[in-house]
Amino acid sequence: MRFVDEFRDAEKAQALAAQIAALCEPGRQYKFMEVCGGHTHTIYKHGLEDYLPESITLVHGPGCPVCVIPMGRVDDAIFIARQPDVILTSFGDMMRVPGSHGAFFDATAQGADIRMVYSPLDSLKIARQNPDRRVVFMAIGFETTAPSSAMTVLRAKAEGLENFSIFCNHVTIIPAIKAILDSPDLRLDGFIGPGHVSTVIGCRPYEFIAGDYGKPLVCAGFEPLDLLQSIYMLMLQLKEGRSEVENQYSRVVPWDGNPKALQVINEVMELRPYFEWRGLGFISHSALRVRESYAAFDAERQFLVPGVRVADPKACQCGEVLKGVLKPWECKVFGTACTPETPIGTCMVSPEGACAAYYNFGRFTRERVKEATRT
Amino acid sequence: MCLGIPGEIVELMDDRPDLAKVDVSGVRRAINIGLLENEKLEPGDWVLIHVGFALSKIDKDEAKAALDFLEGIGQAYADELAALADSKIE
Repeated sequence: MRFVDEFRDAEKAQALAAQIAALCEPGRQYKFMEVCGGHTHTIYKHGLEDYLPESITLVHGPGCPVCVIPMGRVDDAIFIARQPDVILTSFGDMMRVPGSHGAFFDATAQGADIRMVYSPLDSLKIARQNPDRRVVFMAIGFETTAPSSAMTVLRAKAEGLENFSIFCNHVTIIPAIKAILDSPDLRLDGFIGPGHVSTVIGCRPYEFIAGDYGKPLVCAGFEPLDLLQSIYMLMLQLKEGRSEVENQYSRVVPWDGNPKALQVINEVMELRPYFEWRGLGFISHSALRVRESYAAFDAERQFLVPGVRVADPKACQCGEVLKGVLKPWECKVFGTACTPETPIGTCMVSPEGACAAYYNFGRFTRERVKEATRT
Repeated sequence: MCLGIPGEIVELMDDRPDLAKVDVSGVRRAINIGLLENEKLEPGDWVLIHVGFALSKIDKDEAKAALDFLEGIGQAYADELAALADSKIE
């Protein structure tokens, strides 16, 4: 097979690929999950699967924060946005995520005031400029963005801003990984750990994966060579019969994470008893809510949100994709009824979603692989 | 929102120790550096920025590698830069 010259370091990639191939035991199949959607994006964008031996399969995990928001929470946010005195602020990524009666964009067309912001801090400026309106920030994301929402609440409190709150949808990665490890329909050999989440939580929280479940995990950077290097490190651990947490991305990820970020999360937020993840269902202690001591900044306490659970559309198989049971193209509606322009499921909405990443880059790669293997 | 983007600190603000002005691919905006209060940051240092907050200090080589990578991914980075350009953190 001819290698596709997709990035500048293709030679180094080929060398790594050869080292990985040399570690494969004949007849054994390997399955590694990349937890983070950013990794999924890199894998498809650069056609990394083309570099790997056929016995290694990469399984895409639940680490796309937009993809795991259930429809009911989108509906709740739109309910808040429809209150006449409310301005809802949101990252652009959320705007097309479907609720049961449309997405934020649709609500905007029907008169709701929903504004895109780059940072939760931008919401504070909007709140200062609109003292007679209530400004609510749609807080989403894993531990990478949770400290930003917490810091914004602390700033609002310090300024005495009374018209600002957050609708907290922050989720935590460890319970999701545990749910996948406990899921009977998936056998994994190891994990490519999320790079940016780990800048906050560090590497220690993953130790139970190596210790209790006997699976290696390597925290990985986002460039193609980072991922290949991490896969090599996983393969080496398996070859040597080790299961450890290793840090390939140590140039960015400190072993202990960012203590200040963890401290501000803990100051403002606490674990919910349970939270619904799109496709994965209810997972215990898997999300954050605003502590009672910051109730004035908690949209769930300021508004009587309906909180209705909405089942995913029947045709949508995002749940199976998020658990890595199905590849994106194995979903019944992939690329036909569900496309990035008219997404049915969340995995097709975000650029980090496995389906959108595959839709945008995957078919291209498959065509090229055909070409490459023809000669 | 999921992209971590490298920025070079160009100015610290005396009256707002939690903020710093950074340069990200030519876009200069204020970001919050409160999560790195235990690091000594100076103009010329590089940080990895998520949604307006510096999450980790990185060295220049890592910043350059990350920038090359982001410039290679195209639209998603262009969107993130456009969002940053619209941002007015104060």
